[in-house]
Amino acid sequence: MRIALGVGLLFIVSLVIFGATELLPGDLANELLGQSATPETLAALREQLGLNDPAPVRYWNWLTGALTGDFGVSLANGRPISELIGARLGNTVFLALYAAALSVPISLILGILAALWRNSIFDRMANAGALTAISFPEFFVAYILVLWLAQTGLFPSMVRINPTTTFGDRVYMTFLPALTLMLVVTAHMMRMTRAAIINLMASPYIEMARLKGMSPLRIVLRHALPNALAPIINVIALNLAYLITGVVVVEVVFVYPGLGQLMVDAVSNRDIAVVQAVALIFAAAYVALNLLADVLSTITNPRLMHRR
Amino acid sequence: MGFAASVILGLAALFAIAWALRAAARATFSGQTRSLAHDIPLTASFGLLVIAIYTFVAIAAPALAPFPEREIVGGQFQAWSAEHWLGTDRIGRDMLSRLIYGARNTVGIAFATTALAFVVGAILGLWAALVGGWLDQALSRFVDALMAIPALIFSLLLLTIFGTSVLTLILVIAAVDATRVFRLARAVAQGIVVMDYIEAAKLRGEGSWFLIRREILPNAMAPLVAEFGLRFCFVFLAISSLSFLGLGIQPPTADWGSMVKDNATLITFGDVTPLLPAGCIALLTVAVNFVVDWQLHRASGLKEQ
Amino acid sequence: MDREVLLKIEGLRIEGRAGDGWTEIVKGIDLTLHKGEVLGLIGESGAGKSTVGLAAMGFARDGCRITGGSILFDGIDLRQAPEAERRALRGKRIAYVAQSAAASFNPAHKLIDQYCETPVVHGVMARDKAEQDAIDLYRRMQLPDPKGIGFRYPHQVSGGQLQRAMTAMAMACRPDLIIFDEPTTALDVTTQIEVLAAIRDIVRQFDTAAIYITHDLAVVAQAADRIKVLLRGDEVEEADTRTMLDAPREDYTKSLWAVRSFARAEQPPATSAPILSVQNVSAAYGKVPVLEDVSFDIHAGRTIAVVGESGSGKSTAARVITGLLPPSGGAVVFDGKPLPPALKGRTREQLRQVQMIYQMADTALNPKLRLRELIGRPAQMYLGLTGRALETRIRDLLDLIELDPDTYIDRLPGELSGGQKQRIGIARALAAEPKIIICDEVTSALDQIVQEGILKLLTRLQGEFGLAYMFITHDLATVRAIADDVVVMQKGRVVEQGPKAQMFAPPHEPYTELLLSSVPEMDPDWLTRLLESRASVSA
Repeated sequence: MRIALGVGLLFIVSLVIFGATELLPGDLANELLGQSATPETLAALREQLGLNDPAPVRYWNWLTGALTGDFGVSLANGRPISELIGARLGNTVFLALYAAALSVPISLILGILAALWRNSIFDRMANAGALTAISFPEFFVAYILVLWLAQTGLFPSMVRINPTTTFGDRVYMTFLPALTLMLVVTAHMMRMTRAAIINLMASPYIEMARLKGMSPLRIVLRHALPNALAPIINVIALNLAYLITGVVVVEVVFVYPGLGQLMVDAVSNRDIAVVQAVALIFAAAYVALNLLADVLSTITNPRLMHRR
Repeated sequence: MGFAASVILGLAALFAIAWALRAAARATFSGQTRSLAHDIPLTASFGLLVIAIYTFVAIAAPALAPFPEREIVGGQFQAWSAEHWLGTDRIGRDMLSRLIYGARNTVGIAFATTALAFVVGAILGLWAALVGGWLDQALSRFVDALMAIPALIFSLLLLTIFGTSVLTLILVIAAVDATRVFRLARAVAQGIVVMDYIEAAKLRGEGSWFLIRREILPNAMAPLVAEFGLRFCFVFLAISSLSFLGLGIQPPTADWGSMVKDNATLITFGDVTPLLPAGCIALLTVAVNFVVDWQLHRASGLKEQ
Repeated sequence: MDREVLLKIEGLRIEGRAGDGWTEIVKGIDLTLHKGEVLGLIGESGAGKSTVGLAAMGFARDGCRITGGSILFDGIDLRQAPEAERRALRGKRIAYVAQSAAASFNPAHKLIDQYCETPVVHGVMARDKAEQDAIDLYRRMQLPDPKGIGFRYPHQVSGGQLQRAMTAMAMACRPDLIIFDEPTTALDVTTQIEVLAAIRDIVRQFDTAAIYITHDLAVVAQAADRIKVLLRGDEVEEADTRTMLDAPREDYTKSLWAVRSFARAEQPPATSAPILSVQNVSAAYGKVPVLEDVSFDIHAGRTIAVVGESGSGKSTAARVITGLLPPSGGAVVFDGKPLPPALKGRTREQLRQVQMIYQMADTALNPKLRLRELIGRPAQMYLGLTGRALETRIRDLLDLIELDPDTYIDRLPGELSGGQKQRIGIARALAAEPKIIICDEVTSALDQIVQEGILKLLTRLQGEFGLAYMFITHDLATVRAIADDVVVMQKGRVVEQGPKAQMFAPPHEPYTELLLSSVPEMDPDWLTRLLESRASVSA
């Protein structure tokens, strides 16, 4: 049921992304040829790009192409888009997972501790720190790290990786971009985890557990945590989805060969075919993450798993 | 790191002034204003002070800036000096002057965008919650679909199509953000619409506009104001990020995001100048967040009693 | 009572956080409880009874702190003892039963897992023995399917059953003392009896001492050996249950009794044509039917009480009359002419004639509007009053509900007490100058003394303006006090209806009988007699 809903949503998203191009004044051929257009070249290009087909047909061709990994050709340089995306997709996924692996455990631990020691010095410091980190633009955090860690030569400020780079080198070279993403995402995730747990600790069943003489640790682990799983899963999914967009700016700062970099270049060149393809990939990842969170939080909720 | 020290010193000075002002407010005012001043944490008074300073700089920019915004007044990348306090940029414009004009451009555009997103999103959200039925369903499903595309990605897509002018920038970001405002306004209003006083007003035969204006809006104000602050931060950061990527506010308009981008090469030489505009962005966002946090805390505190 | 003292509280003082500072909410309470004794702690909201109950476990809620006095439990000073020692007592020797079992059971675990937690963690017995014990206690608490019910999650079990399961859980370690914090308040009357009887039996079987906290005297009279009355954190008086019921010393205690004795003068049966009649109405929420073939008449100058438990459809009937829920069959006839079924189809004049007063004055008044606008808006809208005429009308209305216009006209609802808010609700209904006012459980959220004031006010206004009231309630004491006609509803149908005198005299329909007999009386032997008579009927 939920999976069908997710697929349906993805379908609508693809419609929106495709439909947006239909809003273009003129058409792609016009865009592409610009001032140099003659009626003949325009007609030829339209024929070549299949622009003379009605919109539903073109949408169908685009969608079925995308599902089989064929996104058409770049308008800027005529190369197949799948070729442009190929290795970059892997790089971006690597960076996002790297940042997630750093931030999820740290932020959960910090969030739980802040909730446990509510209103303590630790809580206040963590909160003020998180609020500050949230307020910083990603490029600010990135450049501060560059100034501080790259200037001293500890880590490279630019990421030069290619398919032959070893895993260890990758981890080392991508450390600064991953750290930047981690700082930004951890702040969000910590605050939301803290709020979810504090919200829960006010429930009558937590008071009941205290009145049953249970130790604080047992209360958190056995009484609060099972109920906090659903909100925490959602927090994680939301922030991993946020990572996807954070990647764009960070990749530009560190000249990291990923999808974000590709998309920004494409937007500058108004290479709509590439923008569409990358947007679809990002949106699909986003929808899939939210779907996964939905399914996981259903599994952890006895109200939904065991009906009356 | 003499620079880091002076930044810390500057922030400390701001906090000290904020503390002094709060103490002064406690001493001079009476009644409600006084209790407000009593409640306010130092972070929030710091936030208010920073916002006030930014507003002043934005309004008085032409009077404060030593040089014009767009004119080339010196060599490229000049160092800090008596004439150009913060040096010059990539093509020789005065950094300090552009920083000051940036307050007007960047903050002004972000503010206009937020206001637009807010008016559209809030009115539609309140209306959907009140009327319910198919209108609510249609609007909500439409917004759900739009929100399934990450905000920055969607903005980039729209900017590709419509080009990058200030007007399209405002419209695009406002459209993307209005969906978020719609969600919140609808959720808040749904909590209010189930109240008996709304039923009582409906039974009295009141129209939709009266219900929104007199019964729902006054009760939705507190969360909406806090949301306005949060939204402003998001919009401000989004516009700055786009400008930084070269896709937002375009030169020669002075803008903090693009100023970082333009002069980023200096950072690799250990020069902090390009970070100043980024710092300006960060400082304002921190300030607004501090104030919003205080407001949210107050709202939840009042609820508990 | 010559048995050993179990709990001795002396000079207990507790403060609660209020804004920036602290205010005292318990002002020096003394309390002595012997082994096996049941003490009833009664008082209105804000009396501090729950706070005292929790303090007996050495516990203070967040935002509260114990500032003075001593709490001696079996010789252990709970204020001085280290937290670990207190924790070892809680659940094992002192247990707690909360008001809302539905909220106090952890939704993530099965009932039996939550039962076993206390004995296993406190090292009283092993898991498999605890499970056997749980089934035994579930059986003693007369839960259906005692072997299986423990393996359900809380959301799969009804409220009354959860309350009994929670009492069983409190018994798990066979504690010396159980604190019952309003255990039956959230339940329907017929369920309340069952839970009350089960609690009383189990406490007697195991000779457990208990503190029974409630605002309902008749309920506590069934279970308690002694009663202590609290008012705003102070003790009013304490006595044996019988003495307290027969001969209360203090005026405040007497006033608690007096509410029950308030009654409106009897009226002769109605002779004129009804002002409004509900004719064969059926209604449904979506596909779920909630009303089936409901008919009754409302007469000018009379009060009709619609009685039933939650889910009986009594509030839905009001929604149909007001037009919020168009009926799927039948009609509502006002003054001889059928009303349009939906709210939108009705004229302003039709809307004016039927006004509503709600149960929760807190949610029925817009917290951001001043009284002037709250009361003035209907007068302005329906009667076209403006300027000075409107101002005069608002002041008159405030006079009518016995609030001083000069003091109150520009206040916000948040600046009023619960009873005052309910009066504003009445004034708002009056402002429309209606013929009928629907009162939806208008007194059930209020303290008893405040209830009396509201009922008196409504009665006076009815005499002055010849109003017809439709009184929706589950409280039969209120019905006895003010109704002329009674409609009994169950599961969306009218079970029985007629003039009050007839309804309260036998013979009854079986459901009416059950409802009437379930209302606790101020008699310590009432529950015993009732259970005996029910047992003899079924035998």
